[in-house]
Amino acid sequence: MLGIRPLLASAAATLTSPLTPDDYRAALNPLWSRNQPSGRVTAVVPETADAATVLIRPGLGWRQVTAGQHIAGQHIDTGFRINGVWHSRTFSLSSPPGRSDGLLSITVKASADGLVSRHIVHALRAGDTVRLGQPTGTFVLPAEVPARLLFVTAGSGITPVMAMLRHLAAGQRMPDVVLAHSAPGPSHVIFGPELRRLAARFPTLRLHEQHTRPAGGNPARLTMAALSALCPDLPERMAWVCGPAALVDEAESHWREAGIGARLRTERFHPNLRTGNGQGGRVRFARSGRETTASADTPLLTVGERSGMLMPSGCRMGICHRCLVPLTEGRVRDLRTGVEHGTAGELIQTCVSAAAGDVEIDL
Amino acid sequence: MAATTHLSPQDIEDLGRELDLIRAEVLASRGEQDAQYIRRVIALQRGLEIGGRAVMFAAALPPAWLAGTAMLSLAKILENMEIGHNVLHGQWDWMRDPRIHSTTWEWDSASPADGWKYTHNYVHHTYTNVLGRDRDLGYSILRVSPEQPWNPVYLAQPLYNLVLAALFEWGIAIYDVEIERVFRGEKSWDEARGQLRDMLKKILRQGLKDYMVFPALAGPAFLPVLLGNLTANVVRNIWAHTIIVCGHFPEATKTFTAADIDGESRGDWYVRQLLGSANLSGPPALHLLSGNLSHQIEHHLFPDLPSNRYAQVAPRVRALCERFGLPYATGSLPRQTVSVWKRILRLALPGPAATRAPAPTTGTSPEPVARAA
Repeated sequence: MLGIRPLLASAAATLTSPLTPDDYRAALNPLWSRNQPSGRVTAVVPETADAATVLIRPGLGWRQVTAGQHIAGQHIDTGFRINGVWHSRTFSLSSPPGRSDGLLSITVKASADGLVSRHIVHALRAGDTVRLGQPTGTFVLPAEVPARLLFVTAGSGITPVMAMLRHLAAGQRMPDVVLAHSAPGPSHVIFGPELRRLAARFPTLRLHEQHTRPAGGNPARLTMAALSALCPDLPERMAWVCGPAALVDEAESHWREAGIGARLRTERFHPNLRTGNGQGGRVRFARSGRETTASADTPLLTVGERSGMLMPSGCRMGICHRCLVPLTEGRVRDLRTGVEHGTAGELIQTCVSAAAGDVEIDL
Repeated sequence: MAATTHLSPQDIEDLGRELDLIRAEVLASRGEQDAQYIRRVIALQRGLEIGGRAVMFAAALPPAWLAGTAMLSLAKILENMEIGHNVLHGQWDWMRDPRIHSTTWEWDSASPADGWKYTHNYVHHTYTNVLGRDRDLGYSILRVSPEQPWNPVYLAQPLYNLVLAALFEWGIAIYDVEIERVFRGEKSWDEARGQLRDMLKKILRQGLKDYMVFPALAGPAFLPVLLGNLTANVVRNIWAHTIIVCGHFPEATKTFTAADIDGESRGDWYVRQLLGSANLSGPPALHLLSGNLSHQIEHHLFPDLPSNRYAQVAPRVRALCERFGLPYATGSLPRQTVSVWKRILRLALPGPAATRAPAPTTGTSPEPVARAA
């Protein structure tokens, strides 16, 4: 049966041609757009000296597109306008699904060379518009929550786990949880006060804060041996590990060697990129005819963005595969492994691939 | 290039470097203010379009018809000139806004954006005013340079130009298909057929909107709305045509031959853009409504810089022209329009003899050039 909705949509498209009805929706209010779903910042709350939580009220368009699809622990693409230029980055949602006030939150730590993270922590204001993607990712709580869980996090790696803990706390039933979190000192613990309150409220939640640079003490990293000692039943627990590459790498080999790799879920937020050896080259964007030069260690994603191309992007560390673009000519170097590869038509991950000589990509 | 015989290759290289510097400065300073500018122009255009079409529903009343038609004409002019033309040049790509980007934009013109980006951004802007290469030179139907051999069909060219003005968007759309290159065997029929199909699809869509759907929505005011929309399209066509011919065809602008661009350096390319373009002087509204093509010289030197910056760099470009003894053609809109028409009328008739220096060895003195106060 021919629905009335598609009929109306095509009538509206005729009236707005050559633009789309969504262009007019967005012109009236960017929050109504479904093609570029957005939200409005309602508050930026400092968490530590260099981290802040951004509370966002998602717009009508986002709510229509997302339709409640969000699992605790997932991440989301966000777009920020900084000095006139849109920048997109992926962040874990720190809010649980279905907050009663309808808000979403991301929690971001400003990194020294991070244009976007510094903007979010230090310059973003209530009232600013943020573009929002859909929650995605598999670093989540399963629908059937296991009886015993272990979370191992460091720094801002706590954010997706915070969403899970908040989700569990909101359901009033906290399973047996061990959370081992590393931070330089007590005041550096993102969500520190809230985590301590949760641990006091739920006897089944055991919080271990590993202060890696305690005042007056010796630096102390959380090693796998120390982790096993403080969580003797580690092999029986379902585990989630999120943090810098070194932590995640260590955890992966530890779980693998113990033969319990299937019980581990990990998420990284920094890729292990090598600095380029070898040459860059000319990069040509076949469809738009644009051409530029690229160094041996700049990801093609960055190269394209700098020249004003609309590059598809996602996690920016070689995991989510949303930046895939067909290579039409030349070869690229995988910045994680240093391996050169590339045949015409191959889909390459632009966020972790650099030009190895002249290349052409189909954009 | 007689106007440049007083310049040594070193001079031309220096000029090129100075212009590169201006370009680099603007590129490095693009920011929120520029972004705000284009967003505001787009908001203004959408407001005018919605407002104009809404007012037009009362088109049975003559003042409403007039107001609606005027608003819609303005909206269409802004849409084509300051927004469409410039967005399709990639002037705003640096914002990485998928809504305002050369790869996603489609405009209210009969030409599909893709084909136009090729004939305009590439062919016209690369081979500006080169006979036989720049198809915009006379749009294949006008004789605008004495070097174009005269033919009796040019006798009626003042009429062709009038018709072209009224039907400009259609003319450009057909012209973008490059039928003459198909006849010469330089382009396949398949490619041209594909383009024609896209063009027809777009024309139908645009026509359906302006001449069927909106008039039908107005019910009893069907005919006044249809006429209002038709008027707005024609006003836009005439305006666009006027601005564009004033950019390249006033008598002070130069044309070139394929030999002139043989081994052309970056500096030479800049000089050709300078000599082949002419500016319009006037109030800020003229600059906005012309899509800043009133700064045609600056636009041709820097086609992908944001249009709101042309006014800012114009005094520096002009100072450079003075320093290097190069003409900087500019004049008011009426004056340049008269100049274009004089050229079109004169060249409808045979002659005059080409005044071009046949080879660089012939040392002619710089030609007198138009310089408005």
